[in-house]
Amino acid sequence: MNRRRFLQSAAVGAACFSGWARAATRDAPPRLLVLFELRGGNDGLNTLVPVHDGRYRDLRPRLALAESDLVALAPNLHLHGSLAPWLPLWNTSEMAVLQGVGYPQSDLSHFRSIEIWDTASASSEIVQTGWLTRVAENAAAFRRCAADGVILGAADLGPFTGGARAIALSDVRRFTAMARLALTSTAPAQGALAHLLRVENEIVRAGTELGPVPAFSTEFPRTPLGQAVQQAAALGSSRRVPVIRVTLSGFDTHQNQLGVQANLLRQLAEGIVALRGALVEAGVWDDTLLLTYSEFGRRPRENGSGGTDHGTANVHFAFGRSIRGGVYGEPPPLDRLDANGNLQHTLDFRSIYAAIIADWWGLDASRALRGRFNPVRFIDARHA
Amino acid sequence: MVDLRFTPRLIARIAQALIVITLAAAEATAAVPLGPEGAQHLLTRAGFAPSPAEVLAFAPLTQTQAVDRLLAGVRTTASAPPPQWIGDPVIGPREFRSLPEESQKAERQRNVRRSLDLRRWWLEEMVGTPSPLTERMTLFWHNRFVSAQPKVRWPQLMYRQNVLLRQNAVGNFRVLLHAIARDPAMIVYLDSATNRRGRPNENFAREVMELFVLGRGHYTEQDIKEAARAFTGFSLDPDTLAFVYRPGIHDDGTKSVLGVRGPLDGDRVLDALLEEPAAAEFIVGKLWLEFVSPRPDPVRVAVIATRFRSSGYDIRTALRGVLMQPELVAAGEDDLLVKSPVELLVGLVRQGDGRLPNATGAAVAVAAMGQNLFSAPNVRGWPGGEAWINTQSLLVRKQSIERALARPEAAAREARAMLPSADAPPAGNPKQLLEAAQVMAAEVDPAAMLKSYRLQPERPLAADDIQRLAGGLLVVAPVSQPVPGTLAYDALRALLLDPAYQLK
Repeated sequence: MNRRRFLQSAAVGAACFSGWARAATRDAPPRLLVLFELRGGNDGLNTLVPVHDGRYRDLRPRLALAESDLVALAPNLHLHGSLAPWLPLWNTSEMAVLQGVGYPQSDLSHFRSIEIWDTASASSEIVQTGWLTRVAENAAAFRRCAADGVILGAADLGPFTGGARAIALSDVRRFTAMARLALTSTAPAQGALAHLLRVENEIVRAGTELGPVPAFSTEFPRTPLGQAVQQAAALGSSRRVPVIRVTLSGFDTHQNQLGVQANLLRQLAEGIVALRGALVEAGVWDDTLLLTYSEFGRRPRENGSGGTDHGTANVHFAFGRSIRGGVYGEPPPLDRLDANGNLQHTLDFRSIYAAIIADWWGLDASRALRGRFNPVRFIDARHA
Repeated sequence: MVDLRFTPRLIARIAQALIVITLAAAEATAAVPLGPEGAQHLLTRAGFAPSPAEVLAFAPLTQTQAVDRLLAGVRTTASAPPPQWIGDPVIGPREFRSLPEESQKAERQRNVRRSLDLRRWWLEEMVGTPSPLTERMTLFWHNRFVSAQPKVRWPQLMYRQNVLLRQNAVGNFRVLLHAIARDPAMIVYLDSATNRRGRPNENFAREVMELFVLGRGHYTEQDIKEAARAFTGFSLDPDTLAFVYRPGIHDDGTKSVLGVRGPLDGDRVLDALLEEPAAAEFIVGKLWLEFVSPRPDPVRVAVIATRFRSSGYDIRTALRGVLMQPELVAAGEDDLLVKSPVELLVGLVRQGDGRLPNATGAAVAVAAMGQNLFSAPNVRGWPGGEAWINTQSLLVRKQSIERALARPEAAAREARAMLPSADAPPAGNPKQLLEAAQVMAAEVDPAAMLKSYRLQPERPLAADDIQRLAGGLLVVAPVSQPVPGTLAYDALRALLLDPAYQLK
C-alpha cells in the first residue's frame, strides 16, 4: 500500500475513535452515551428513599424500607441498599442523582409512557421518531460511525425509532461472523420490503465496521445484564457507535416488590460498576456518559399484593467523569399527590436530554427536542 | 331543477353506495379461480406457506370457495396427542414452599424441561396440522390474551390456556373473553388473585381494556379503578391452582364502569366492554393487521366490525370478512406483511415437505428470532410487522434457512447431542446451545423441493424456470433475481435467502 493511501485509511479509522487528539480534529467522533433502560417502571420511592418523612411509612406499611436497609450518600440522601456499589462513584463526584423526573399529564400505560420518553414528545402528541433519531439526523459525526446506536437486550428500537441506523445484536462476535448473509441493495422499495432492505444494508455496514472484540481483565457479572454490559464494553471501547442502550427488564412490581427490586437494583449496580471498569481499562471512560431511565415511577401508596401500581415521577442516575456530582431536581412532595395518588414531577426528562444534546454532544437541543428545555446542568460542558 | 345540496343524508347515501361498489368489486374478483399464484398467496396469508400439493388443490377454487374450505376445516382441538405430563398435578406455591431444597430444585428443573417440551409440542402441531388456519388463529389469540412464562411457572397452566384458546379460536368472542378472565394462567399473569376488596390491584382491569378488548381512548383511569373493584373475587385454589370464585373478597359495592352502574361483578364488566362499538373495531383491526395489510382500511374494518357485533361476536363472521379481502390473493408492495418467526420456519418446512428434526431446537431458534412461544416479552404481546426484522433477528432468520437446506453431518451430530429432549436436559453453555438449536431447527430436502417444480438440482435454469420457481416460493418478485444459467440448487438457495422470502 502506498504512503498516501495508508494515511487516508488511518484518517478514516481515526475519525470514529476518540482520544486526546479529538480536540484538535474537526472530525471528532461523538462522545459515548450508554442508556440503561429499567423496563417496567422502577419504583423510585424505594430507590431514593425519604426515610425521615413520616408519610413514607404511612403510605407503605409493608414496603417501607428502614434506614438500616439503605446506603447513605449524605445525611438526607439514602439509596436502596442494593446500590451500595455506587458509593465510591458518588465519592469521586462521578455520579449525579436526578430527582422527581417525569413530565406533565403523565400517562400510566407502559407502552404509551415509554413512547413519550423515547420520542421526547408531550403527553398529548404522537411523534413517530425517536429523540436520538432526530439527534442523529443533524449530527454529521454520527453519520461517520458504524451505526447511530446499538440495542442490547431488547428488540424494539425505542429512542431510535423512525429511521435511525440502529443495530440490534446480542453478541458482537457472532454478529460480525453472520453478517455475510446480508446483501446490500439499492433497489427502490416500499413498505415492509423497504424496511427489510434497509436492515440488510445496516447489517452489511455494521458487520464490516464493528471490528474485533477486546479482552478485558474487568470481570462481568454472570447475569443477562452482565453479558449485555460486556457487549456494551466491547462496542464502547471501539468508539464506532455513539449510543448504546442496555435494557434490564422486570421492574413492573405489582406484587412481591421487595425481593424483586432488590435483586434488579443489585444487578444494575454491579453492571454499571463493571462497565465503568472495562471502559476505564479501554481508556474511554473520560468520554462516556451513562444514564438510567424508565417509563415511570410507581405509586406512593402500596397496593394489597406487596407491590405498587403504575406511577409517575422517578429518580434517575447519571455517571461519568464529566458529571458534576450531586443531586438535581427537587424531591416530589408526598403530601401533594395528583388525582390518581401519584407524585408530581419536579424535573422534566427533556431537560436531561437537553443537557446531553447540548452539553455532552455540543449539538442544537431545541431542534431534536422540538422545543426549548432548560438543560439540567449535571454535565460539565467545559469538556465538550 | 334538482336540488343537490350535500345534506348529511345525501352524504350517508353516497358513502353507502361507495361501500357497496367496493364490496361488489371485491366480490367480483372473488368469483374468479385463484390460480397457482393466488392460491399460494391466500394459503400463505391464511396459514403457513403451502406445499405444492396444497397449491394444486386450491388453484381451481375461487376465493369464496377457498375461504369456505379453510373455515370448514378449522379444528377446536389439536391434531397431535398432548404432552405426557399435562395430567401431572400442579405443585402450588404453598406446597412448593414446604418442600426441601433438593425437591424444590428438582421441581424447578422439571418445569424448565416441560416448558421446552410444550413449545416442541406446539411447533410440531403447527407443522403437522391439517388446518394451519386453526394454529394461526390460536397464535393470534395467544398474542392478544397474553400470559407468559416465566411469571406463569407451571407449564400445565400454559398448556391448558393454549387448549382454551384453540377451542374458541374461531368460536365466540364473548365466550372466549369470559373464559380467559377465569383462566388460571391469566389470573397468575395479571395478579387477579391478589386483587381484593379494599386492596385493589389494577393490572387485569387495565390490560383487559387497553390491550385486550377496547384499545386506548375508549375508557378512563376511573373506569379502570372501578373495574378492578368489580373483578375482585376471581381467584385460585392455592394448591391445585384451579379457578375459584371467592365471594368473601369480592367488593360488592356500587361501581360505575363505562356508564354502567350497579354492584357490578367481573362478568358484568366484561359484558359492558362488549357493549362498546370500539370492541368489535379493535378486534377486527387486529385481525386486519394479522391477515390483510399493515394499514387497516377504516371503512372496510367498520363494515366487518358491524357484522361481527351484530352476529353476537361470532369470530368466524369476522374472520370470513377479513379473509375475503382482495389483499389475501394479491398484494401490492404497501400491503405486504412480514412473516413471524414461526411462520417463516414452519412455512419453510411445510412448503418443502420437510420436517423438524428436533422441534425443541426449532423452538429455541424461533425464540432467537424474537418469538419465544409462551413467553411474549410483555402483556402487549409481540408487536409484529416490521418489528420482527432487526439486524439481529434477520441474521438468525437467514441462518436458519441456510442451515435447513444444507447441514454438515458432523455439526448435526454434535448438535443432536447437545439439545434437550423430554428426558434429558440441554448440555453445553447457552451460546453453544443456541448454535446447536439453529443447526437442527428445520430440514428441507432441496432436491425434493426442486423435483416438485420438475427441476433437478445440478441443471442450469432457463429464464422461465427461474420465474416459475420464484413464483412458487415467493409472493413478490425477488430483490435479487437469479440470472438464467444459474444451477437450480443455487437458485433455490438464493430465492429462499432473498429478502422477499421474509414477506407474505
